[in-house]
Parts: sequence; C-alpha cells; structure tokens
Amino acid sequence: MKVLLSWLNEFADFGVETETIADRLTTLGLAVDGIDRAGQRIEGVVVAKVLRTEKHPDASKVTRVWVDAGDDEERHVWCGASNMVVGDLVPLATLGTAMPDGRVISQRGILGIDSEGMLCSGVELGLDEDASGLKILPPDLDLGVNVFDALGIESEVVLDLDVTRNRPDCLGHLGVARDLAAALGIPLAERRVARRESAPANPLEVTIQKGTPCSSFAVIVVDGVRITSSPAWIARRLQQSGMRPINNVVDVSNFVNLELNQPNHAYDLRRVGGGFIVRTARQGESIMTLDGVERSLEQEDMVICDGADQPVGIAGIMGGLLSEVSADTTALAVEIAQFDSLVVARTASRLGLRTEASVRFERGVDPHGADRAFDRFVELLRLTCPDLTVRTGVAGAVTADLVPPLRPVPVRTTEISRILGVDVDADSVRRMLEPIGFSVTGAGALLEVGIPSWRPDCAVEVDVVEEFARHFGYDRLGKSVPKSPVYGRLSDTQRRRRLLHEVVLGLGLSEAMPSPFLAPGDLVHCGLKEDDALHLANPLVAEESILRTSLRPGLLKAVVFNQSHRVEGVRLYELGHVYPQGDGELPDEYESLCLIEVGSDAQSAMRWWNEISAALEVGAQLDQDRVPPGFHPSRSATLARGKVPLGAVGEIDPAVLARLGVQGRVACLELNASIVCGETPKVVVAKQISRFPSSDFDLAFLADSTVTASVVTRAIRQAAGSLLEHLRIFDVYRGGDIPADSRSIAFRVRLRAADRTLTDDEVAGIRTKCIEAVASVGGRIRQ
Amino acid sequence: MAVDLQQQVASALETALSEIAEAADSRALKTVGTAVLGKKSRLTELKARLASVKDPERRKDLGKRVGEALALVAAALAARGEELESSERNARVAGESLDLSEFVEEHRRGHAHIVTQATRRLEDVFIGLGFEVAEGPEVELDFYNFEALNMPQSHPARSEFDTMFIEPKSPRQQPGSVLLRTHTSPVQIRLMQRQKPPIYAVMPGRVFRRDTPDATHMPVFHQIEGLVIDKGITFAHLAGTIEAFTKAFFGADFTSRLRPSYFPFTEPSAEFDIRRRDGAWIELGGCGMVHPNVLRAGGIDPDEFTGFAFGFGIDRMAKERHHVVDLRDMYTNDLRFLRQFS
Repeated sequence: MKVLLSWLNEFADFGVETETIADRLTTLGLAVDGIDRAGQRIEGVVVAKVLRTEKHPDASKVTRVWVDAGDDEERHVWCGASNMVVGDLVPLATLGTAMPDGRVISQRGILGIDSEGMLCSGVELGLDEDASGLKILPPDLDLGVNVFDALGIESEVVLDLDVTRNRPDCLGHLGVARDLAAALGIPLAERRVARRESAPANPLEVTIQKGTPCSSFAVIVVDGVRITSSPAWIARRLQQSGMRPINNVVDVSNFVNLELNQPNHAYDLRRVGGGFIVRTARQGESIMTLDGVERSLEQEDMVICDGADQPVGIAGIMGGLLSEVSADTTALAVEIAQFDSLVVARTASRLGLRTEASVRFERGVDPHGADRAFDRFVELLRLTCPDLTVRTGVAGAVTADLVPPLRPVPVRTTEISRILGVDVDADSVRRMLEPIGFSVTGAGALLEVGIPSWRPDCAVEVDVVEEFARHFGYDRLGKSVPKSPVYGRLSDTQRRRRLLHEVVLGLGLSEAMPSPFLAPGDLVHCGLKEDDALHLANPLVAEESILRTSLRPGLLKAVVFNQSHRVEGVRLYELGHVYPQGDGELPDEYESLCLIEVGSDAQSAMRWWNEISAALEVGAQLDQDRVPPGFHPSRSATLARGKVPLGAVGEIDPAVLARLGVQGRVACLELNASIVCGETPKVVVAKQISRFPSSDFDLAFLADSTVTASVVTRAIRQAAGSLLEHLRIFDVYRGGDIPADSRSIAFRVRLRAADRTLTDDEVAGIRTKCIEAVASVGGRIRQ
Repeated sequence: MAVDLQQQVASALETALSEIAEAADSRALKTVGTAVLGKKSRLTELKARLASVKDPERRKDLGKRVGEALALVAAALAARGEELESSERNARVAGESLDLSEFVEEHRRGHAHIVTQATRRLEDVFIGLGFEVAEGPEVELDFYNFEALNMPQSHPARSEFDTMFIEPKSPRQQPGSVLLRTHTSPVQIRLMQRQKPPIYAVMPGRVFRRDTPDATHMPVFHQIEGLVIDKGITFAHLAGTIEAFTKAFFGADFTSRLRPSYFPFTEPSAEFDIRRRDGAWIELGGCGMVHPNVLRAGGIDPDEFTGFAFGFGIDRMAKERHHVVDLRDMYTNDLRFLRQFS
C-alpha cells in the first residue's frame, strides 16, 4: 500500500521527520518497506533554452548543445540525448548541482572539451519514468528559474507500507493516519463536508435477494456531471499511489477508495433502469467487465443487476462495461456496498481477477462508512462539476447480517496483564484504545470494549489485548527469560541420529539433500515399485509429482550429476524421510539412511554396515537369499531381524546402473534409520577379564560357493560353545589347488576359560567338534 | 711359574681389551665377547690353572688379578656394546628419514550438509536454554497444518501458504485433506496432544511450499519452531527468549526487537528482527503468544496456561553464514560444493 505523506497530513499535523513517522509506523505493525521521495526540489537545476547544436566530429552519439539560462551567457554542454531541437526549453543542472543519485555536476566534459553543466531527463530529476531523452519543458517558462518552481512541482514522500491482512482499515489513508495520530498523541482531524441534497428524490429501488451474502447496499444519484479531467493534484496523488488517472468521475471514485478504504462504483444513471438487484449468479450467466473481458459466472458468485435483472457488475470485484461512465454521461448512480469477504475472495481467485476493490472486500471494509464516502465523493466531484446536484435520499437495503457500528467485547484487565505481563487498569486501556476509535465502558477489572466497524479483525478478547500491546509499545513490555523447568537435551533417538551421521561421515561419505520429489518412472528405473508411492495433486512440474519411497533414486541422480561433472570419489549419503503409502490416512512415513559409493563393491557396503552396527549396537541377520529390489542379484543381501526388514546391503543392480548410465560398481547400504536410531541398546554388564592364558588354533576349510561363510562361522561358534572368546576369518583363498567354484576360508579361534588354564585334551576336543560341525554344513577341513 | 702366570693374565687382559676395542660392529663384538669371556677364553683357562699354584698367598694374589681382569673385560664389553649399538641406531635412524609432507592421500572424512550443521547449532543453543527437541511427520493432515492452528477451512490466510496437496488415495478421501506441511507448526499441536505443560521445545524440520526455485526460494526448505507453554508465560518471556537466543547464537553484541505483525496462530503476533554489528536490522522470523484457539485445539486450557511460539528459516542461516550466493547451490548435491564445508 502506497501512502502519501501529504495525504496523511490532511488528517493530522504530523509535522515530524519522515524517518520518525516511518519508525513509528513500523513499531505499530505497519512495516515501511521503502520510502520514495518524489518531486524533491533539486537546487541548481534551471530552465534553459537550446540555442544551437553541433554533432561531435568523432562521436556521433554525443551532441554539443549551446544553451541560454537567462543570464545572457552562452553555455555549452555535452549531451548524449538527441530529442531536442533549437528553441526547446530543457532542464540544465548547473555546475555544482548535487543530483539525487549522488553525482555533483562538475566541469569534467567529454573528449577533452569542458562541459558547463548537464542537461537532464525526467528520470534524472525524479519527475517521471522517462529516460529516453531530455525532459522537454513547456515553452512558456521563464529562463533561469528553478525547474521545480517553474513547473509548480510539490515534493512528496511516498511510504511503501506492508499492510498485514488483518488491517484492512490501513488500505486507506484515514486508517493509517488514525493509528499514527494515536501513537504520536495528536488529534485526528476528521474534516467532513456534508453533501447537499435537493429535489427531486432518488428514484432508484434496491433489492438484496434473500440469502445473498451482501449485508448492505446504498446508492445516491447525482446530476449535473460533466466528464472532464481531474485537477492536477488529484491526478498526481493517484499516480503516486500507482494508479492511472482516467477522468474526473473514475478518479474521484479511486481517490475515495484510497483515502477511506471504501470501494465504490459509479454507474451511468441511464444504464441502470429502475434500480439494483443484488443476487447470486445463475449458472450459465456471463458479463463483460470493464476490462472488456467476457466473464462466465457460477452460482457461487454474487452479481449486481440493474432494474431489469441484467448483471451490471461482479459484486466487490469489477463493474460491467455496459454501465460504464462515458463522455456524454451527465448523471450517476454511485454505489457503496458491503459484500461477504469469502465470496469475493473465491470469485476473484477463480476468475484470476484481483482489483483494488476485491483486495479490500477480501479483507473487510467498514460497513458503516458509506455516508461519509458519499460526502467525500460529492465534495471532490464538485471541484470539476460545479453544477452538480444530489437527489434526496439514499436508495438502499440492509440485511440482518449487517454488524453494528460498535461491537461489544468483554475484556478483563487481568487477562491483558496475564498475557502481556504488565499492570493494566481501566484507565490505561482507555488511553490506549479510545484514540483509535474503540469505546471503553466500565471501571473495574471487567470492561466492555466497543469495536468500531472498520476493524473486522477484532472479534474476541485476545484481539483487544493485541491492540493494547500495539499502542502500549512492544518494546515497553520488557524482556525476561523464563526459567525452564525442563531439562534441555536431545532424546535418545536424536542422539543416536547424530551418532549415525558422525559414523557415516567418518566412513568418508558426504551428506546430500536430493529433492524428495521424483518423476514418474524414477522408482521403476531404480528397480523399485511405484504403486505404493504418493502423488502430488498440484506439483510444480510433472517431473516432481511423486513422493519418494526410497532415498536411492535421489542419490543415484546425484551420482549421475557428479559423474557428468567428472567429480571423482563420489561417496554420498542421505538421512531423510520416505513416504510409502500405508493403511491409514497418512503414509507410513519413516526416516531412512542410504549410503552410496561409486567404484566400490559389496564388501565396502558390508564394512559400512559393520561399523554402523558396532557403533549403534544394532544387529541384523544377513540373508543373501532375499535379493533386495534394485540390488545386484548375486552381490547383495537383505538385513532383517526376524520378519522385520531393517535394510539392504550390497551393490546396485548392474541393470539399474546401465539404465542410468553409471560406470563401475556402486556399493550401497540402505537402513531404516527410524528403527536403528529408535532402539535403546541394553546397558552392557562388565565381564571379569580372565587371568588364564588363551588357547589359539587356526582352522582352514574348503567350502564350495553354495556354503556361505556365515553358515560356517555359525557352525564353529556353536561347536566351540561358551569357551570361545574370539573367532574371525583371516583369509579367503581361491585358485591354486583349490577346485573352481570352491574356496578356502581360514579361521582363527581363541578359547579361554574364566577359571582355569584349558588342558590340551579339552582344546583338541573342541577343535574336533568344530571340524565335525563344519563338515555337517558342507565344509571340509584342509590338512 | 707364578710370575709367568701373572704375566699371562696381564697379557690376556691386554689382548682381550684390544680385541674389544677393535670390534667393528655389535655382531663382531658378540663373537669377541665369547672369545674373551667364554668357557674357552684365555682368562677362564688361566683361572682354572690357579689351583696348581701351591703358595696360598700367591694363589690368592693371582686369583684377585684374574678376577679384576675378568671384571675389566666385562665392563669394556658392555661399554663398547653400548657405543656400537648407539652409533648403529643413529645410522639406521638417519637412513630411514621420511618427508612427512610427501603424504599424498586426501582426507577421508565426509562433509555434513550445511543445513544439518546449522540445525545442530540451533538445536544446541536452545538445549542450553532448557528446550527439548520435538519432531513430526512431513506429510500432514489439514487438521494439524491449518485447522488446529486457527485457520479453519475458509480462512483466507490459507491461500498464502502455497500448499502442495497429496492426491487422495481413494475416492472416499476428501481432496486436500492430506498435504505436505507448509511449516513446522503442526508439530506444536502434536506435541500439545501428547504432552501436558510445561512444554519447552524446538521443532526443526523440512517444510514445503509450491514456490518455483530461485536464488532465495526453494519448494523444499527447513524451519525451526519454538514453543513454550507454562503457567504465567507472558509476552516479556517471548521477547526475553528471542533476545537470549540472539545473543547465544549470533553473539553478545547482537540485539533483537519485536514489532507487531499478523499470524492466525498467535496473538499478539510479532516479527522479530536482529541488529547486526553494523547497526542494520535484519528480519529473522515470526513469533507471538499462542492463540487461545490453538491451545484449545491442542487440548490445553487457555485460562490455565499461556504460551509463546516463534519460528524462522534454517536454510537462510546456512546461506548467510557461508555467503552462499544462490540457495539452489545448496541442493544440487555437487560434491565440489559439499566438500567445501567440514
């Protein structure tokens, strides 16, 4: 919302610094996003006449201009523009002039010849947006006079206010002035010139059809209108507010809207018949709006119709083209109404038609502001239509939905104190609220506060608390840190998640954050199913319309990106949510962890799993018979705990890699991080360290490839029993005298008892049991 | 004979000492050691012959001489041994010199994403202020994202959130009832429903808006939200908490201010700004006293408890800390970008 300082000053004498006003508005919640100083007088810029021009011999784009600035001295100025002819009056910034952009005009000329000033464009002087050439001035100005004086330009300060949606009243200058005057403790001058009415009577009839969301509709009729252009000051204010002046009637209509936040519409009286009917639209109905577009209406829309029930406007949004004011208009029907904000919002949104009126109705317009706005409309239109007369009476209708001018809300001073933490009594409430038009009755702890009709945002007690706080001043409410009775810390799950990050970082993988949105087909490309994925109803683009059920597609995309940029050593991980569909309303969302390394094999992935498993004290069974989807058919395993899947480990399926164009092997580990981090490991009970020596022996077995190392390991472990202290594979050997399709696996076994030294016989017995156990699962001892 | 023996001891001692002195390395010294002190050495042999000396005085004298000679030899051996070992170790050490700057392997440790790093720093500051960390789902119900936050179905503020909706999974499901959360505020309601006051918690997490990506906006980004609900919580506590956070996170010379604003879920509402060292005010986030309707939706009696909430973006914190020019750079997952930050 653009707010003009001169306009605000009509409501109160805010004769203070612009910066002070801007700060005050900001602390009131009307944030000033920018301050634009328009038409600021620049000393030293005078009216000069072009005497003759000469092209520079070496630079065709530069012209040397001789000018007369009224002192009978011929000055020459270099100039890049070429829109002037001899005899034109142009603005000359004389030597020493400080320009708004910070430049000071100096003698330094072009191409070695001094310049005695600078000729200016409109944009350089802040007069208009035209930068295409010099500002050509009207021909009748006196030479040597300051250009701003000669043109009668008044300076203006335009504040760009960020008006929050709860403050519709501040979409008009009056509302801003009311808040500001209250904050500065100066009275608001509510100047008002009553319209004089005269016979004949207003002949129009107004009907609001039953159930139509319009609580009030009022029309006055004026005669003696002559369509012409607006006075310069009205046109300038509209321009500075960002609106285009059109003609006196349209301009006054807009002016009243910007001043009082009161949308209104002027119809040519000849086009409205006997009056107005407000009703909801009929299916199939349409109207050509002022902008010349044919709009088809639906039953949720509200329309204003003429006496013959023909639509002449979309309520609260835009008038119809046919009833528009035209050059030969002499009489007007001026309408001010109250339309339901949700209905206006819905229609404006469906039609994609946001107007100065719809923006205001969406937020809420004062339902009792019509009379004052009619007065102002007539007052301003009389400036250009001295013969204007107003017919007697307002034609109108109201419904039971019309809110009263003051809505009573019970307010406890104790509640204001409880929320704001300051002592409050009836007097202080009165001091804060009465200047902004609220009424306060009562004297004790329970007050009745009357909310004025221009503040639709205030409805309940806490709204009044906020008003009090705004005018009391947020900065005066104090700052104190509450003493938290809560012990601040991460939960066990959150600590374990941080640990998980640290372990993975220690393994050399960097954290990626791919988009959780996938394209249709991405999951299938990665060997995963897509039928349990959620779809977005309104994606930004079709390529981002599916919610991931696995982190793998996103990470693999990142791998492809990095490979295409020739990045080496691509090791990435992500810890993030996935959203597979579940049985409930919400998906079975959980946190997943995925690690990927290019040029690395399944054993790397197993090493990652071993590290994570050890650091987070989580275990799982490795089931290589269950190939996880999208993984390498013979180099991967499912990690599970009984029936609960925990993840997958191994390499990405070469078929997937081929589809994505990824070179080399890709190691991958995927874990359900919600389970991994959500566990609480048992506290370890310390074992007494044995004082007795260990008995160590090695065993090497031949096992063909169908017998997994894990099966052999388990057999040894079971056979060795409770005396086994440590068991590890220290060598796997293929080739040489080992039959193809088979390999030798060598184990180191360490036995120890807590209470004695093992005898040779005991050790030999266990060794034999181990060999027999392995034989029973298909492994032969190598001698 | 005795004189002869005496001379022989002297000469054996002399020979032994010179052999020890001449040993070139520890291995040679070991051989010499055996030769001069072993069972077959000259001195041992002479010692054995002492028995044949008749005169006890003389025998005693000779015995003493042999003993002294043996001790001298042993001492010389030990001394020479140490000398040789030391010079040999020195030579070996000199020969195995290593230029440590030849180390060629790059470090292996990976790099945490700067958004994760920023989230941790923020969490840690709030933990220090006595807050817990709470979490919630990213795919949410309309109830938690809007309805319970004082934005009923027709509330106009809903349109400002640019919500992304999930397609109904069955015709029975109301369109628009499941969505990607547009802010972390739904966690407030979930927290209130499962935990009675006092509540002191921050809620970091990923949020979604239907925004076309540009240098300062992403459709997927991160927020952190704070919620305090207790008896006797006032607006001053909100301002004090924001101030304490500002100083703890940005530095003691930063300060904060609150100015009125509007959010449906808080009242009074405020924007909070922080003032940098250079005096400029930077808009950081939104906050306010929790709206009574929100407390009610969370099952908390607004007449018994009051509370405040605040929230702001995490991505911007990371972006500004590291002077990242374009927010999109943080999400291309280019390792050349990620590796810059340890």
